[in-house]
Amino acid sequence: MNILEVKNVHKQYSNHKAVNGVSFAVPEGCIFGLLGPNGAGKTSLIRIITGITKADQGEVNLDGGKLDARHPSKIGYMPEERGLYKKMKVGSQLMYLARLRGMSKAEASIAIDHWFNKFDIQSWRNKKVEELSKGMQQKIQFISTVIHNPRVIILDEPFSGLDPINSNLMKDEIYELKSTGTSIILSTHRMEQVEEICEYMVLINKGENVLDGAVSEVKERFKEHCFKICYKGDLPKSLPPSIQIIKQKEGEMTIQVTDDRDSNSFLDQLIRAGVYIQSFEEILPSVNEIFIRVVGETNPVA
Amino acid sequence: MEKLWLVTKREYISRVLKKSFILTTLVTPLAIALFMIIAGFLMNYEGAEQRKVAVIDTSGILGKDSLGLKNEKGLQFIKVDGKVDDYKRDESYDAILELPPISDLMTRDYEANYYSSEGILGIGVINRIEEDIEKNIFSFKRDAFGFDKDSLRSLNTTVGLERKGLKEDDEVVSSSASVIATGIGGAMGFIMYFAVFMYGMMVMKSVTEEKTNRIVEIMVSSVKPFYLLMGKILGVGLVGLTQVAIWAILIPVILTIAMWMFGMDAQEIQASQNQMADVDTKEIESQMLSVMTELKKQNWLLIIPLFLIYFLGGYMMYSSLFAAVGSATGDDLSENQSLMWPITLPVIIAFYIMFSVVQNPGSSLATWSSMFPLFSPIVMPARLAFEPPWWEIVLSVAILIASVIFFVWLSGRIYRVGILMYGKKVTLKELGKWLFYKE
Repeated sequence: MNILEVKNVHKQYSNHKAVNGVSFAVPEGCIFGLLGPNGAGKTSLIRIITGITKADQGEVNLDGGKLDARHPSKIGYMPEERGLYKKMKVGSQLMYLARLRGMSKAEASIAIDHWFNKFDIQSWRNKKVEELSKGMQQKIQFISTVIHNPRVIILDEPFSGLDPINSNLMKDEIYELKSTGTSIILSTHRMEQVEEICEYMVLINKGENVLDGAVSEVKERFKEHCFKICYKGDLPKSLPPSIQIIKQKEGEMTIQVTDDRDSNSFLDQLIRAGVYIQSFEEILPSVNEIFIRVVGETNPVA
Repeated sequence: MEKLWLVTKREYISRVLKKSFILTTLVTPLAIALFMIIAGFLMNYEGAEQRKVAVIDTSGILGKDSLGLKNEKGLQFIKVDGKVDDYKRDESYDAILELPPISDLMTRDYEANYYSSEGILGIGVINRIEEDIEKNIFSFKRDAFGFDKDSLRSLNTTVGLERKGLKEDDEVVSSSASVIATGIGGAMGFIMYFAVFMYGMMVMKSVTEEKTNRIVEIMVSSVKPFYLLMGKILGVGLVGLTQVAIWAILIPVILTIAMWMFGMDAQEIQASQNQMADVDTKEIESQMLSVMTELKKQNWLLIIPLFLIYFLGGYMMYSSLFAAVGSATGDDLSENQSLMWPITLPVIIAFYIMFSVVQNPGSSLATWSSMFPLFSPIVMPARLAFEPPWWEIVLSVAILIASVIFFVWLSGRIYRVGILMYGKKVTLKELGKWLFYKE
């Protein structure tokens, strides 16, 4: 089931079209990458999903119904520019944000205790946010995003400014949330993260979605039928015409086939010729390559 | 609605518990008391040293037995016999006052001589000595001419202009009542002016803080911007009422304590002033009495609720406008300034109109400026004590309420766009466009 559906959403600002007919669906309990170059309309789209602004046209469905006044309790949003009330104490800040998203006082204090215990930060409760280090503040920021058990969490560049340890911690938390059935939308232009953790993705450029689907399926779509072979021994003199060698060096070559089945017969031929195969691996394009290719096509100058 | 309450509560509690708020609330009355004590002390300061003045009276105006010159702080008059030269070397006197004889009773000029080694004599001291001598000459001449004390006094008549209506239902304000009303009106207008600026700025600061903190994006994903704005306005408004209420209690209490502690009895001050001005004490007492009765006669049951209505209305209108400016500009102060003048200008104009209105409460300026919503919260409270016609009050309040709704709506439209707009220099024209942005 899809927890969030964006259907043909348009948004016009005074002088430019920020979102132009974007559609995609986020399945329940998955990690979803919202990709796009700077200025592609990611933030505008997120603001529509979080209900900060309204779409001119199109609709957004959350948990099977149209977006309405109850949506804040179902969405957790961490903007790229982090923000907390600096002079407010950590405990009362979390309580305030939780209650604004529809939790009762009792529910909220249970949730706050849970997260304080989880990160072992009980001692921060009565500290003001400005007294905490930047890393600590980011933890609080994350807790404030998820405190109300939302169904969908939108994280805008969640790893920016995190050190490797906190980065891993964030990753672990994202996986854990996913395991409880929460869907996480990552908005980013760091492709290696999408590669690593996202299952689904949508790529937006100039306000339009140019690509969407499961990450593995998208990669499949963009693959160029290349394989890398590491071997020992002498290659046969003649190769079948369906095989093209793209790169070759001592004991390693990259080939491109016109049909994936040709790779098997080629392998067969090599083995019969007495070549010792050390590894055989399909080369799939990285999300980064796909991104550059797709965005480059629509953005020839850039 | 529950969210509005949550926002209001946070805005209120986070401010009221702030150290700076507690300090300002408690220190301000103390500072006022301290200021008054210091001012009073300085005004009564005559210099530490006592000057002994030898008085040589050859004219006889000081009377036979009693010395008609008052010993004041810093000056001690001692009547001596002999000539001026006898005392010039006398170390026990600092100065000599010589009163030459009056040759002609009809003369209107009289020169007394004051000998001292000090080059300069304070103008206050000179005036007092001159006045003392004048009074003595007055009684001296009176006795010499054989005038009767009481009939002479009865030559001076105090005139009061009591106003009466032409028709029976004409409302008429007595003259002392209008003095009281001017006082009350001025005070109320001043409080309004002060409140609009101080608490309006507080709302603006709160808006810019949220914007520069970047928390606002998180907030508006949970609360509608309009509720966020209203919560702020209501929260800070309650802070204002709390502060004003505390001051209304603390300032009189502290002043009373201070006066008692420093022995500055109000009556004593009054009495010394009376002596100087030679005003009949009975007259003062009767004036005080009429002030008290006028104060009691004021229709407080009407004035106080109306004052609160104008306070809240004016505060809400202006603070929402300040919030709109804050949302558009963030923490760039110079940019704030350029957008703030359309708001500050009417406040300042209203403040000056208020001064004119307490002088002339029936003028057409008074009537029209108490209808204009940007002026009425400051002008109308100043007129309340003058008992303006009820239809003017009703109309003015109605216009004010409608304007509050309009301006809060207007500011809400600007606010919701402004808080999410970064890195753009905003002009008034731009703000106008925002009004018509779709959500």
